[in-house]
Amino acid sequence: MWLQLLAALTLFWEKLTAKMQKTISPKIHKFTLSEVSQRQILQEKSKYPHPKTAILPGLHIAYRESGYLSPEVLKDVAILLEFPYTEVSEVASFYTMFPKHKVGKYFIQICTNISCYLCGANGLLEYLQQKLGIKVGEVTPDGLFSLGTVECLGSCDTAPVIQINNQDFSENLTREKIDQILEKLRSQK
Amino acid sequence: MKIVFKNINKPEQYKIENYIKNGGYQALPKALKDYSPDQVIEVVKKSGLRGRGGAGFPAGVKWSFVPKSIAKPKYLCVNADESEPGTFKDREIMEKDPHLMIEGAIIASYAIQAHICFVYIRGEFTLCARRVEQAIKEAYAKGFLGKNILGSGFDLEMMVFRGAGAYICGEETALLDSLEGKRGLARVKPPFPAVEGLYKCPTVVNNVETLANVPDIILNGAEWFASIGTAKSTGTKLFSLSGHINKPGNYELVMGTPLRHLIYDLGGGIKGGRKFKAAFPGGPSVPLLIEKHLDTPLDFESLQQAGSMLGSGAVIVMDESTCMVEATRILIWFFRHESCGKCTPCREGTMWLHQVLDRIEHGKGRMEDIDLLLRISDNIGSKTICALGDAAIVPVVSSIQYFREEYEYHVKHKSCLTHTVAPFN
Repeated sequence: MWLQLLAALTLFWEKLTAKMQKTISPKIHKFTLSEVSQRQILQEKSKYPHPKTAILPGLHIAYRESGYLSPEVLKDVAILLEFPYTEVSEVASFYTMFPKHKVGKYFIQICTNISCYLCGANGLLEYLQQKLGIKVGEVTPDGLFSLGTVECLGSCDTAPVIQINNQDFSENLTREKIDQILEKLRSQK
Repeated sequence: MKIVFKNINKPEQYKIENYIKNGGYQALPKALKDYSPDQVIEVVKKSGLRGRGGAGFPAGVKWSFVPKSIAKPKYLCVNADESEPGTFKDREIMEKDPHLMIEGAIIASYAIQAHICFVYIRGEFTLCARRVEQAIKEAYAKGFLGKNILGSGFDLEMMVFRGAGAYICGEETALLDSLEGKRGLARVKPPFPAVEGLYKCPTVVNNVETLANVPDIILNGAEWFASIGTAKSTGTKLFSLSGHINKPGNYELVMGTPLRHLIYDLGGGIKGGRKFKAAFPGGPSVPLLIEKHLDTPLDFESLQQAGSMLGSGAVIVMDESTCMVEATRILIWFFRHESCGKCTPCREGTMWLHQVLDRIEHGKGRMEDIDLLLRISDNIGSKTICALGDAAIVPVVSSIQYFREEYEYHVKHKSCLTHTVAPFN
């Protein structure tokens, strides 16, 4: 009988602490994401037939604000969506569109897949590396630009192509066009 | 003859009022009022419409696999995760004529009695996602989506779900895992998604182009559609032409049109007047075609006879200046990078293929490496959970089949036989 009572008490204690963790932790957690993003992520929670589906949309919102997914940001998403941190970071690590380390303000990704390669992507990559003075995976000292390669962007009729900050494509690129794009981005700062 | 692209270049066709003005949303009321869900499936079956994403499975048959008496909810997923290298046809549909896909998806949902439809768009396609989201909003406002669509009693919710840069998520079971909030790993089949798909419920996954054909089939009838193309490959197909070509772009062709017509008449021939060397007729997941195949009709059966496949319809043209070893190395890097890592032959095999190709390309190869590549390929092919493994070996095997001498030249001379790097000016 004592054993049964002890088991019941343990179960009660576990349930209580689990409930407390769930309800209290968001309050004591210091969020990295802005309140707007937090609200948007919370809205995703009830949108789908299963709450776990909201993880990827949640990561998109977090990425849009922070530009890369740091452990702190992943923790925010996990707490907001009420999933363990590991579950969220496991998903995030699979999807290459989200950088996991700090990148430049303008993250330039060059398509190096077959159609772009056939239309001069190697030369484009070299030109960009030379213009910015950095290699793929690096950030310029002023923190403005970083370079990455990306697989086929589905814009092969306008090769070679780059994508900046995972937004719209810059297509049919030439040296002149690259110069203009970089100049424009520099002036925006 | 144009079906999917008939209105593609009309101004602002992506807006619902223009879509309706140009004859849109007429198939939907017809399907809902004149046909039962089973009758819609019958019509699509009779039309012979086959999946346009790569596998070419008959769409109506796929729909008929969804169990009818089951109490679980059913789902339709639009596969808009267009990631096969060289393919950009679904992107053009979604950017310029999204309602065509949406109308097709509503009809398909009605046929399988799904009340929730996800449009899984690859993350990089930001304009597509914006256009489709806006189009869905417009369709809700006009009563084509939501509760009791056009007074038929049929309800459907549709939403956009964005991927995040994983090629494998275009594979239907990996797409479902991704939608469930997991890493996009391919699942062992059976059970097939039609029986146990999203959230373990019956699910149909259809490509954007497949669904974009549905409204016209409903409007004009199965016989009309079946009369276009060849007996077993009915209708038209979008081809994304890219590479060393004068006029790259998307072209809608009647099934069975020869490759030569696409490359030389529509595509304006090879850049700089150089000679044609080889082409992937359906993305790099399907075997190469060489000069002797130029008159091959582009349809499922003829391409199979020529030793290749229709695939996604991405025709990647390479001229005589292309080094096939380097081209293959680039593609193998892609497959290595995109392997989900769930099964060993694909995860490890693509890595070894890439490493061996890398050393051949960089003048460190040995003659026996060429057969080693074939042996590794043999250990991947048909031994993986999904088709990515089979696709990954295709560029290796078919480039060795047709251009073995280039591999040998690389090993012997430690340099390319033909390589001219495309200039960037």
